[in-house]
Amino acid sequence: MTTGIVTGIIANLVHVEVDGPVAQNEICYIDLDGVKLKAEVIKVQGNIAYTQVFESTRGLKPGSPVEFTQRMLEAKLGPGMLSKIYDGLQDDLHKMEGLFLNRGEYTDPLDEDSTWDFTPIAKEGDNVIAGDWLGEVPENWIPHKIMVPFSMDGKYKIKSIAAKGNYKLTDTIATLEDEDGGLHEVSMVQYWPVKLPIRAYKEKPRPFKMMETGVRTIDTLNPIAEGGTGFTPGPFGTGKTVLQHSISQNAEADLIIFAACGERANEVVELFVEFPKLDDPRTGRKLMERTIIICNTSNMPVAAREASVYTAMTIAEYYRSMGLKVLLLADSTSRWAQALREMSNRMEELPGPDAYPMDLPAIISNFYSRNGYVYLNNGTPGSVTFIGAVSPAGGNLKEPVTEATKKTARCFYALSQDRADSKRYPAVDPIESYSKYLEYEEVQEYLNNNISPTWVSDVYEAKDILLRGKEAGDQINILGDDGVPLVYHQRLWKSELLDRIILQQDGFDKVDKSTPMKRQCYMLELVLKICRYDFEFESFEEVQPYFTTMINAMRQMNYLEFQTDRFKEYETRLNEIVEERRAK
Amino acid sequence: MTSTAFQKVYTKLTQITKATCTVKATGVGFDELATVSGRLAQVVKIMDDSVTLQIFSGTEGIATDAEVVFFGRPPTLKVSDDLAGRFFNAYGDPIDGGPAVQGREVEIGGPSVNPVRREEPSELIATGIAGIDLNNTLVTGQKIPFFADPDQPYNQVMATVALRTHADKIILGGMGLSNDDFLFYKDTFENAGMIDKIISFINTTDDPPVERLLVPDMALTAAEYFAIEKNEKVLVLLTDLTLYCDALSIVSNRMDQIPSKDSMPGSLYSDLAKIYEKAVQFPAGGSITIVAVTTISGGDITHAIPDNTGYITEGNLYLRRDTDIGKVVIDPARSLSRLKTKVMGKKTREDHPKVMEASVRLNADATRARTKMENGFELTDYDERALAFAKDYANDILAIDVNVGTDEMLDITWGLLQKYFTVEEVAIQDDLIQKYWKKA
Repeated sequence: MTTGIVTGIIANLVHVEVDGPVAQNEICYIDLDGVKLKAEVIKVQGNIAYTQVFESTRGLKPGSPVEFTQRMLEAKLGPGMLSKIYDGLQDDLHKMEGLFLNRGEYTDPLDEDSTWDFTPIAKEGDNVIAGDWLGEVPENWIPHKIMVPFSMDGKYKIKSIAAKGNYKLTDTIATLEDEDGGLHEVSMVQYWPVKLPIRAYKEKPRPFKMMETGVRTIDTLNPIAEGGTGFTPGPFGTGKTVLQHSISQNAEADLIIFAACGERANEVVELFVEFPKLDDPRTGRKLMERTIIICNTSNMPVAAREASVYTAMTIAEYYRSMGLKVLLLADSTSRWAQALREMSNRMEELPGPDAYPMDLPAIISNFYSRNGYVYLNNGTPGSVTFIGAVSPAGGNLKEPVTEATKKTARCFYALSQDRADSKRYPAVDPIESYSKYLEYEEVQEYLNNNISPTWVSDVYEAKDILLRGKEAGDQINILGDDGVPLVYHQRLWKSELLDRIILQQDGFDKVDKSTPMKRQCYMLELVLKICRYDFEFESFEEVQPYFTTMINAMRQMNYLEFQTDRFKEYETRLNEIVEERRAK
Repeated sequence: MTSTAFQKVYTKLTQITKATCTVKATGVGFDELATVSGRLAQVVKIMDDSVTLQIFSGTEGIATDAEVVFFGRPPTLKVSDDLAGRFFNAYGDPIDGGPAVQGREVEIGGPSVNPVRREEPSELIATGIAGIDLNNTLVTGQKIPFFADPDQPYNQVMATVALRTHADKIILGGMGLSNDDFLFYKDTFENAGMIDKIISFINTTDDPPVERLLVPDMALTAAEYFAIEKNEKVLVLLTDLTLYCDALSIVSNRMDQIPSKDSMPGSLYSDLAKIYEKAVQFPAGGSITIVAVTTISGGDITHAIPDNTGYITEGNLYLRRDTDIGKVVIDPARSLSRLKTKVMGKKTREDHPKVMEASVRLNADATRARTKMENGFELTDYDERALAFAKDYANDILAIDVNVGTDEMLDITWGLLQKYFTVEEVAIQDDLIQKYWKKA
């Protein structure tokens, strides 16, 4: 085993003189008066390894001994991860002693003594490769698959497999024989280096299905595909975190992995406190039962923040390999990029734009490419859908992190300061935002087959109404209310109707906060029907009050359970209003 | 802070810049304190036997043969109940002529609280200022700055907040405070007869700028003592964090670090987060609430300092001079307290959230009417009423000299709504109208 001694310290960058071979990204432990500080090799020059320490280096002295582990930073994978709250290095935060996070304290991500009810899926004599299912155990409500470890290259034959029954996490549940006759024991636990993608699947097709989030401005206007990527840049105060929380509560996914990366601790506390109380709208179970939180808040060590998004992605890929639909949310990827910048700066690398490392776009696109819809070795589909929040400096969407993300993510949900200021939530700008998936033929086909035969053309029609409304609004602002043709006012208010009824959504109302696709379709068609009519007005002053009454009636509908009597009452009322001025 | 016996003295400086010096030394730990010619310094970089120190009071007059003595420990503060009522400098030494504080010595800038050991903030902090209590209610464990232009009376507002809240301890961290402002705080606290609730760590403009870097950690270490060991509600006031950030950029510049946006160090976000994230609600009842001041230039919040701050804090408050009434108000349109929904209508009267929303919305209508007026368009009757409402609203509610309880603020607002608007225009749900809209 290689060892070394500390020769230089600049905050969390530590230079180590080594006496043997070291690998890039190898993990080592630095001994600070008996406390072991975890660190990762990020550069090697001659016999000096540059390491980033995942802890505070206060009090560290040159000459301190260092031990290298010959392993990269790994996630420990197995049953028992659901509902857990981890830090960026996958330490179970609940297992840590005391009020404060003490450095050098690392805890087990799984429960070593837990027992699981194992049911074999494969049988003796089967030929298997990495990622194949050997058996399953129930974890909450998920049939958690026990797989041939992803790190096992080559082909294996099952020599023996455990019978149905209760086993400890670390018990051997199968013995595999490799092609040279060597035997390998497999338990329910496996390890995987977080910075490498798990590729234990047969193929990764283009995403073709839509992933419902319950948020209308996303689902209706710019849908994200299952296995797709999206990002939400926005200045502070525009509701990035509220939007992410709302998606995490309502999205149609088997499993939510929430990476709170360099953000406020109180927001994460809100998740811990609320999720165990809130019901999953689809299964009726508590939300926490389908959630894993990776929490590396802004005051936790910056190198661990960088690791946290990789840890989250690795856990997502692991569950995807069980044939599950996983949604990964990261808030915020800018903090991750800033962590990269801090290290690059300490290593005195030549900087790229805004002092970010030159390879930032490559790092971001490599990360985003780990998501996707896949067919596993046995043909079962699984997916990781990723939505990342981006916090652009000064709200400027031309900054490096936003630009780099825009090159790789396929959905762009721009949160706008103007919409937030006028309390139009969610503040996703309908004109700036886009979903590339809407252009995919397979997605269009899926939408038209599953929502309504005219869905895609309806959505484009809605987008046109919004654009025309904006143009009309701009003209009115320049020329004054009576300086434009009357029809401009109608255009403006038709887009306003669409905006207020379809796009704006009350995230705190129990009905309105999440809208199923069927209802979204019904409401969009209703709004479009009205927008297609021509209305008769004498003067521009009549337009706003008239549309306001329509908006009020439809708002009430949004707050009521779908197709109830009261819902229909308001719809009848709406139709009466429409008939008052509809051009016959 | 004096050194103890048996310390090795180094006298060979190899490099001196405006804020740092480098010395050949061994056995030195990172973050450790030292004195260079009697001036306090801290280790910021170690490369083999070259140790770089940041000298807090600057390097003017430091010679290459200056005596460097290492303490073998990072900066510390002695904590005990005796801190109460005292004034200290950035090093934690008394500046009020009193004796040194005895107590347990703790390292400043300690580790972060385990997130799972935090409690959700849920206790209201009343300030008597309606612009805060009514529209942007503060909650214990919250962190929120004022974004203010240098000419605005933010120190007066902070002092008012301090005097009116019912915090058990108030800790003032003054960074680059002018001596006049320091005396203002001192007099205000003394006159209010609450000096024994207050602890101050002060770096004035007379002191070297780099010393400021210690102030927030000193203040928050004292705050943690009272919040954790005494279960007290502690309010920490930090003014002005822009000057703190300026000191950060001086040091990073002297260390040849590559600046990022607006010449600020690339680690600005993490540096500020380390301070603000000390705001916490503990399950045992103690809490640390941080109200800070970030001065901005010409209202520009896209500058790196307010921008990074905004991403860290739980909202921000803006002061504005209202020319209609000639008073300073808390701007209802731009200010935001993110945690207000945790207490509004739950710890306060049921009508609070709706009254707040309606009045802010109607006030925004007045702003639109004003723009219309300025652009020479004709005003409608509604516009006129909105403008009249906005004037009364600013005078009776938003002005920072108004000091009333939350229920009274709500009653005043209902009165104004009723005076200028119809039930339909106010658009508050029926059951609340039934209860609070007085029948004519």
